[in-house]
Amino acid sequence: MIKLRTPISEEDIRKLRVGDTVHLSGVIVTARDQAHKLMIEERPDFIRDALKESVIYHCGPVVKKDQQGNWQFVSAGPTTSAREEPYQADVICEYNVRGVIGKGGMGPKTAEGLKKCGAVYFHAVGGAGTLIANAVKKVLDVHKLEEFGTPEAFWVIEVEDFPLVVTMDSHGGSLHKDILEKSSKIADELMGL
Amino acid sequence: MELKEQILELLRRASTDLSPDVEKALADAREREEKGSPAWSVFDTILQNVTMARRQSTPMCQDTGMPVFYIDFPDGSSEKPYREAIEWAAAEATARQYLRPNAVDPITGKNTGNNIGINAPYIHFHQWDMDEVRIRLLLKGGGSENVGAQYKLPHPALKAGRDLDGVRKVIIDAIRNAQGLGCAPGIIGVGIGGGRDASYALSKEQFFRKMGQRSENPELAKLEVQLYEDLNKLSIGPMGFGGNTTVMDVFVAAQSRHPATFYVSVSYNCWAFRRKTLTIKNGEVYYD
Repeated sequence: MIKLRTPISEEDIRKLRVGDTVHLSGVIVTARDQAHKLMIEERPDFIRDALKESVIYHCGPVVKKDQQGNWQFVSAGPTTSAREEPYQADVICEYNVRGVIGKGGMGPKTAEGLKKCGAVYFHAVGGAGTLIANAVKKVLDVHKLEEFGTPEAFWVIEVEDFPLVVTMDSHGGSLHKDILEKSSKIADELMGL
Repeated sequence: MELKEQILELLRRASTDLSPDVEKALADAREREEKGSPAWSVFDTILQNVTMARRQSTPMCQDTGMPVFYIDFPDGSSEKPYREAIEWAAAEATARQYLRPNAVDPITGKNTGNNIGINAPYIHFHQWDMDEVRIRLLLKGGGSENVGAQYKLPHPALKAGRDLDGVRKVIIDAIRNAQGLGCAPGIIGVGIGGGRDASYALSKEQFFRKMGQRSENPELAKLEVQLYEDLNKLSIGPMGFGGNTTVMDVFVAAQSRHPATFYVSVSYNCWAFRRKTLTIKNGEVYYD
């Protein structure tokens, strides 16, 4: 198991390979559909510092405000990453992002972006909302909450030992591609194709 | 307790706890993987998460779905009190973080913030000839909803004809296409026949069966067993990491079709199989 803390250097991220298990700590940012669309169409600067050499988390959390008025994460597992495929590679390169956390993996365009700009895809356990929320120690900031709503806002959070597996690396490796090829072959046999 | 509070409790239980049959199926699946493998670790994390969610009374998954209710209620009474109670309970459950606000206006893109909107929550009403009320609730996330699929037979590319073997083939195709995207391992509901709408509706209602509960029709029961074996041979595994459990169960049902149509609808439920039933009988309340 590898321990990583943001900000992460390009050198360190390029050391990671498919199958590595990682515990990630430090500041990361949630962003999903509306956030990615915005980052590509308007390239806003308000999120630039938070994203630099950091990690994007595809997540729409359940949140609450505690008695002091501070935000807390209640349940926060990953959402399906494939929806960000049209945007992800450009976002990674534009904002110098070192990793993306989600579930289900991403496609060839993202794989190219990971290679070109030095980043990896981390897989979290889908549905493990409470467990991952417990790894979120602090909510530092939130952007576009009013406009996008809770699930779609940019949440800047501090995490401690967020359990992850590298399923796409910066050398073209993809566990998702391998499993798709293997399972497709078996499916064709079962269907007599 | 008033009806609205009983429904709030139903929502809380559905979001924060799994039924024992589902939790057992997950524990059994962990046993089938090699200890320490990625697949084993996924099941172990899932089981830890389920325990934590129950203890903390927080949503086991942050995607608490678009709640769908199925209400059976006595003949001749009104739907209105149920609808009102559900709307109150959905808003209250959102305020208490049992539900994430998940009702978005597709025209403006605005989230209503309380899970109430046009046809949200979605309610199926059914009057029955019994003096009791049964309220069934399904919380199904968007990721697993997205990998559902509807086929029309024949399907030449898959060499699937208008028979149960054709049905088997398109279901294999649907689960292959889903890969890990719907938070595998899945629970699969299948509706054969009907129009397009009735077909999907039938597939989803199968999710109220108990794990391992086979169809009463012997041919469909046989198909369910066959599909369970075939689909697990795909070795997609939990989260699509590879492994021995790709699906935890397959439930198939059939209804009449039009002579010209033959639909097969496949609904995919993620491992966080959140379905609960509330029964009100002689003033007593039961949750299952």
